[in-house]
Amino acid sequence: MAPLIEIRDLRVEARGDDGQPVEIVKGVSFTVERGEVMGLIGESGSGKTTIALALMGYARFGCRISGGTVRSGDTEVTGLSEAALRKLRGRRVAYIAQSAAASFNPSRTIMQQVIEAARIHGTLDEAAAREKAIGLFRAMAIPKAETIGERYPHQVSGGQLQRLMAAMALITDPEVVIFDEPTTALDVTTQIEVLKAFKSAIRDRNTTGIYVTHDLAVIAQIADSITVLRHGFVQETAKTGMLLASPAQEYTRNLLAAAEPARRERPALVETAAPLLKVTGLTVGYGGLDAEGMPLVPVVREVDLAIRQGEALGVIGESGCGKSTLARAISGLAPPARGTVELGGKVLGPGLAQRSREELREIQLVFQSADTALNPRVSIGEIIGRPLTFFFGLKGAERDRRVRELLDLTHLPASVLNRQPGDLSGGQKQRVNLARALAAKPRLLLCDEVTSALDTLVAAAILDLLAELRKELGLTTMFISHDLKTIRAICDQVLVLYAGRVVETLPASAISARGHHPYAKLLFSSVPALHQGWLDGLAAPAMPASATEAQGREGCTFFHRCELRMEGTCDRIVPPPRQTPEGLTVACHHPLEG
Amino acid sequence: MSASKAAASPPRRRVSPLRYVMPGIVLFWLAMTFIGHAVAPYSGAAIQDADLFEGMSRKFLLGTDYLGRDMLSRILEGARFTVGISLAATALAVGAGLLLALTASAVGGLVDQVLSRFLDALISIPSKMFGLVVVAAFGASIPVLIITMAIIYVPGCYRINRAAAVNIAALDFVAVARSRGESTFYIMLREILPNMVGTTLADFGLRFIYVVLLLSSLSFLGLGVQPPDADWGSLVRENMPGLPYGAPAVLMPALAIASLTIAVNLSIDAFYGSRRAREGVH
Repeated sequence: MAPLIEIRDLRVEARGDDGQPVEIVKGVSFTVERGEVMGLIGESGSGKTTIALALMGYARFGCRISGGTVRSGDTEVTGLSEAALRKLRGRRVAYIAQSAAASFNPSRTIMQQVIEAARIHGTLDEAAAREKAIGLFRAMAIPKAETIGERYPHQVSGGQLQRLMAAMALITDPEVVIFDEPTTALDVTTQIEVLKAFKSAIRDRNTTGIYVTHDLAVIAQIADSITVLRHGFVQETAKTGMLLASPAQEYTRNLLAAAEPARRERPALVETAAPLLKVTGLTVGYGGLDAEGMPLVPVVREVDLAIRQGEALGVIGESGCGKSTLARAISGLAPPARGTVELGGKVLGPGLAQRSREELREIQLVFQSADTALNPRVSIGEIIGRPLTFFFGLKGAERDRRVRELLDLTHLPASVLNRQPGDLSGGQKQRVNLARALAAKPRLLLCDEVTSALDTLVAAAILDLLAELRKELGLTTMFISHDLKTIRAICDQVLVLYAGRVVETLPASAISARGHHPYAKLLFSSVPALHQGWLDGLAAPAMPASATEAQGREGCTFFHRCELRMEGTCDRIVPPPRQTPEGLTVACHHPLEG
Repeated sequence: MSASKAAASPPRRRVSPLRYVMPGIVLFWLAMTFIGHAVAPYSGAAIQDADLFEGMSRKFLLGTDYLGRDMLSRILEGARFTVGISLAATALAVGAGLLLALTASAVGGLVDQVLSRFLDALISIPSKMFGLVVVAAFGASIPVLIITMAIIYVPGCYRINRAAAVNIAALDFVAVARSRGESTFYIMLREILPNMVGTTLADFGLRFIYVVLLLSSLSFLGLGVQPPDADWGSLVRENMPGLPYGAPAVLMPALAIASLTIAVNLSIDAFYGSRRAREGVH
């Protein structure tokens, strides 16, 4: 039997900066059998989404399909008229976008939007479409399947919205579904539920899929075959098991290595009595203060932490748990409502205005996105040079020499000196971002998700750089990330944050050991492993993890999602931190064993 | 789905002749502001002919006015008032608006609130009414006109520039500068300002047009530039009696106003159109 999808020598052109066409997909060919899922993997700019969109005969603004053929079933997609394409899209080929939140219309109910495709294509009448949608919601394990359709998109969680979007795609029983990074924006604990829902939906319906992602571990769970793309070329195509076990190309091997980052070499710690950074009872929030002097919307609550000289502390937690706010409070950007920050035994003022220039210099914050952290109108030389002038009064040749040293330290070519941030690649920008922070010779470096926006291989290089800097400069760092693998690769200690509270502190080496807080356990077990069948082997969580109720002031913040919760205790009393025999500090009422 | 239709043939960049003609007109009037007196064929103040409201002839290219003065010379000499006063008032308004906007966005909090509400109050006063009151109180000298029009347009400039500046002030690189302990002044001028130059320049052009039109209306009402000097608005007013005769003396100053405002407007569009295409911003 002929394969369902056949892409032959596909070429897509975009208009370049100078108005000349530039080929961004350069002769890609592959086939997908009916009922199989093909994974497209590659870094940003590799053309993976462009190829997936070409399956619908669609090219983004400024692009056009310039050559080759795309066949789906017995239809030549590339030869279709606009009207015929409209009949194809949403009916025979459906699309699930990365950000469901941006793809739903906020002013219409979910149900209206989910059944829209069925009504446009006339496959079902209104009542039948509604019934089918509810069936799909159930298949996707969406809670309250009967009534959720009456809500508006902002009233459901991100993970639910992503599954609702899948239901929207499946309502017309399409032959082909395109998944365009559908779980990239989700937290790992949510990602699992969504992946499970996708997988069972694909299996039950014998759907043929194209799954686009940059995450090898995710694609290993879903795809039957994987095509590795780079710069618009196919590197290799192989069955998933084959590709993971014996990659043919150097590039694929590098990707595989970067997906499971090795623990970087770390300097031996000097055991000093007093920690360099000591944070006590830190509470940060916004929205004014209540009668007790607590913020109305607390983001970080009563956090205690300590970092010793030369140590790297990892802070992990899902989006919105207060990781970044914690870093901003330590740096003075977000004055805390309560609590103190001590650096080297000296209590620092709460806000920037109350700190001396020297105190500001000693703590440097590196922001996640180098795109917004570097002024686009200022040259790299000036960006790195400014702290030198500002803190050390360096000028002229001396400043130039130091800037070049810093470029050298961060492995940047001297040729970037006179360029502006827009001319640099993502990895280079992040290096400039680091170099600027290092220019101040800080005692404490706060890294806020510095690798999260980068491609896997580029991120790996930045991790290497950070490990190297720690060794050479003896830097003390606080490393914030939502990615456990990154944290494990370069940190000594790990702090797990949930809804603003520290639920657990542990040595990085104990991440997979026993005796964890229920949330830490959930988090650790949610990180996809780089082998097939990991997802199928997972036990179903006892509690639905999507219940995000309003957090009360009292009790454990994880109460509503915890499978071990004890009514009457956990929702009343904030669990105090407790040492376990395994050397962890856990904030949980439950006597933890396994 | 129209995007894919557009995608079928890569969009060509249209080069319109307006891109060169319009800036040319603007430059011409700018030049006349300074050398209008020198290049005018006659003295604009001198009566040349006994015949009033003459039509266009080889001797008087744009005819004569209600006293028999050469219309071309009067328009060229009037450019000094219309363009000059408007430029000065616009520069003042944009400068003050920009400074206040940068302050509001860099300092934020109460300063931002107070400035915004005060200027909101000012913006709610009808501009011609405000002009009328001030001219009635202080008389219609050129400095009074400039300052009055600057005050009228400060709130609008402030609004536009503040909207651009607060977005930039919220970016991480400004937070980096703050956490380094940089002064508010440094943040305003070195971090925020360079990123909003485009917006400010576009606003300058638009604001200039508003000022030209307001000045012309005030002069038309007899509240603007006073005789013996005459800007284009005054020229339209004093030649109103020529309307029944179809005299070019009424039409030509009005056309001068139109040519200036339209040319400035289209030049801004062309400038930003090509910039957008170059930078790939949609």
